[in-house]
Amino acid sequence: MTNTSTIARGGGASPAPGRRRQSSQRPAKASGLPAWVVPYVLLVPGLLVIAALLLYPLFQMVVMSFQKVGLRQIRGVPAEWVGWDNYTQIFDNEIFWSSLRNTVGFAVVTVSLTLILGTAVGTLLNRLSKRMSTFVVVGIMSAWAVPPVAQGVIWRWLFDADAGMINWGLNLLPDWFSRLLFGRADWTGEPWLNDALSTYLVLIITVVWASFPFIAVSVLAGLKGIPAELYEAARVDGSSAWRTFRKITFPLLKPVFAVLTILSIIWNFKVFSQLYVLMNGPTNREAFNLSMFSFAEAFRSPPKMGTGAAIAVVLTLLLLVVTSLYVRQIVKTEEM
Amino acid sequence: MTALKTPAPPAPLDGRTGQARRLKRRRQLGRAGLNAAGVLVFLFAVFPVYWMVSTALKTNDQIFTTDFIPIPTEITFDHVERILTEGVAGNSIWVYMRNSAIVALGTVLIGAVLALLAATAISRFRFRGRTSFLVLLLIVQMIPAEALLIPLFLNVKRLGLYDQLLGLIVINVGLTLPFGIWMLRTFVAAVPKSLEEAAWIDGASRFTTFWKVLFPLVAPGLVATSIFSFITAWNELIFALILMSDSSGYTMPVALQFFFGQRGTDWGAIMAGSTMMTIPVVVFFLLVQRRMVSGLVAGAVKG
Repeated sequence: MTNTSTIARGGGASPAPGRRRQSSQRPAKASGLPAWVVPYVLLVPGLLVIAALLLYPLFQMVVMSFQKVGLRQIRGVPAEWVGWDNYTQIFDNEIFWSSLRNTVGFAVVTVSLTLILGTAVGTLLNRLSKRMSTFVVVGIMSAWAVPPVAQGVIWRWLFDADAGMINWGLNLLPDWFSRLLFGRADWTGEPWLNDALSTYLVLIITVVWASFPFIAVSVLAGLKGIPAELYEAARVDGSSAWRTFRKITFPLLKPVFAVLTILSIIWNFKVFSQLYVLMNGPTNREAFNLSMFSFAEAFRSPPKMGTGAAIAVVLTLLLLVVTSLYVRQIVKTEEM
Repeated sequence: MTALKTPAPPAPLDGRTGQARRLKRRRQLGRAGLNAAGVLVFLFAVFPVYWMVSTALKTNDQIFTTDFIPIPTEITFDHVERILTEGVAGNSIWVYMRNSAIVALGTVLIGAVLALLAATAISRFRFRGRTSFLVLLLIVQMIPAEALLIPLFLNVKRLGLYDQLLGLIVINVGLTLPFGIWMLRTFVAAVPKSLEEAAWIDGASRFTTFWKVLFPLVAPGLVATSIFSFITAWNELIFALILMSDSSGYTMPVALQFFFGQRGTDWGAIMAGSTMMTIPVVVFFLLVQRRMVSGLVAGAVKG
C-alpha cells in the first residue's frame, strides 16, 4: 500500500523535526527497532487484513463483473472474459431497474423519516427531566439493540395476515374513518407481505423503528453542547419554538446532521437482513433491492456470479458517491 | 415544543399573582405534555420488543387468535423448551447459539489485538501515510458486504474454509476491523501522553510502557470496541447464509430462517429463538452505553 512505498523511499528523509524530538523522548533501549519503524510495524497486521479481506476482493469483484462465472467456473474452470456483457444484460433486465428504484426510493423515504423522527425525539429528550429522559433513552436503546434479523421477525409477526397486531388494530378503527382513509373497513387477513409496495411499507416502518434511536441520541448529545444562554435569549425575544429550532439549533448542529444524513443513506442503501426476513428469502423479484438482486443472481441456481458482481459494482459506485461526501465532511469537521 | 400551545386558563382576578399562577399552570401543562410525548416514544420503541418476548411465553391458543391479548394470562415455557430439545433444522437451538458465540468471540479476540496495535500506531505516532490510512479506513467501511460476498465466497472455498466456523471468523474480522480501529483510536488518544512520558523517564521500556501504562487505561475503550465487533459478528446474516451448508454449522440469524416453514409458521418458537438471540445484544448495548458515558481517565492526571 501507500505506506510501504513511503518506507521504500526512506522515511528518514521525511520532514520530521517533530518526530525526531518525539523519538528522543523514547526510551533508549527500546526494542532494538528504530523509532520511525514502530508505527509501521504496528500497522502491518491490520493493513494486511484490510487488504486481503476488503481491498483485494473488491478488485476481484470488479474483474469478475467482466467475466462469465457460473457453476463450471466455481469448480475451477478458468473464467471466460465477456467484456461489458454482464452490464448490458443487467441494464436490459427489468428487475434491475425496479431494484434500483426500490433501493433509491426506500433510502430517500427512510432517511427522511428517520431523521425527522430522530431529531424530534432528540429535542424532546433534551427538554425532559433527567429521570424521564433516562427512562426514554433506555427504551429507545433497546429497540436499537435488536438484531436486524430479529427486527424482521418481530415486524413480520406484527403484520401477520391472520393473527397480527396491525390488522387487529386497523379493524378497531371506526368503519367510516377507515373507509375515508384507506377506502376499506375490513382488514381481516390482509396479507401485507405479498406485494412489493406494502412489503416496502413494512420494511420502512421496521427500519425507521430500529434506527431513529441512534439519531435521537446523537442529536441529544449535540444539543447538550449548545449553550443555554442562546435559548434564553431567544425566549426573551419571544421566538417561537419552530423559529428557535431553525435559527439556533439547526445551524449549530449542521455538521452533526450532515454526518447523520450520510451515515443513514449508507446504511439504508445496503439494507438486507430485514428485507430477507420480511419477504422470506429472495422470492418476490419485484420487491428486490440491489443487494438482494445481486445475492439472488449469484447464489440461486444456476449461479451467475459475473452478473451478480456487475450489480454489486453498480451498488458500490452509488455508495462511493455518497461516501466521498461523508469522508469530506469528516475530514472537514474532525481533526484526525 | 407543541406543549406551549395549550389554551390559557381563565384570567384570574388579581393581576400579578394571577399571572404568575397562570404561567406556572401553563408550565405544568407543558411538562405534562412533554412527559406524555416521552411515554409515547417509549411505548413505540419498546412495544415490539415486548411483543416478541410475550409471544414467546404465550400458549398457542393465545398466539393464534384474532383477539388482542396484551398480557399473557397463561405463561408457558413450552416454546423455549421445544427449541432447546427439538430445535430447528435438525439441531437444538443451543448448537446455533454456540456457533454464534464462537464466531463472535473469535472475531473479537483476533480483532481486538489487531485494532489495538493499529490504533496505537495512529494516535501515538505521526508518520508518513497516516492520513491516507485514516481515509482508507473510512472508505473501506462503506464497501457494501454484498459487494465482497461473491469473491470472498470463492476465496473461502479455494482456501478450504467453506463450511467451517473459522472461515466466518476470518471474514467477520475483516468486516469489523476498520470500524474497530476507527473507534479505538479516540480512546487511545484520550490517554494523556504525559503518563507514558513519566514511565519513560523512570526507565521503562517501550513494551513495559505499553503494557503497564497505556493498556490498562485503554482497556475500557477496548471493551466497548469489542462489544461493537461482537454485536456485528453476532448479527451477521449474509455471509453465514452462503458459507455454511451443513446445518450443524449454522449461526442464529441463519437458523431463525428455518422456523418459517411451508406449513405455516410456529410463531411461539421463532419468538423464543429471537428472544434468545436478542438478549445478549441488549445487555451488551446497555453496558457499552455506561462505559461511553463514564470518563476514561478522569482523575489520572490533574490539569
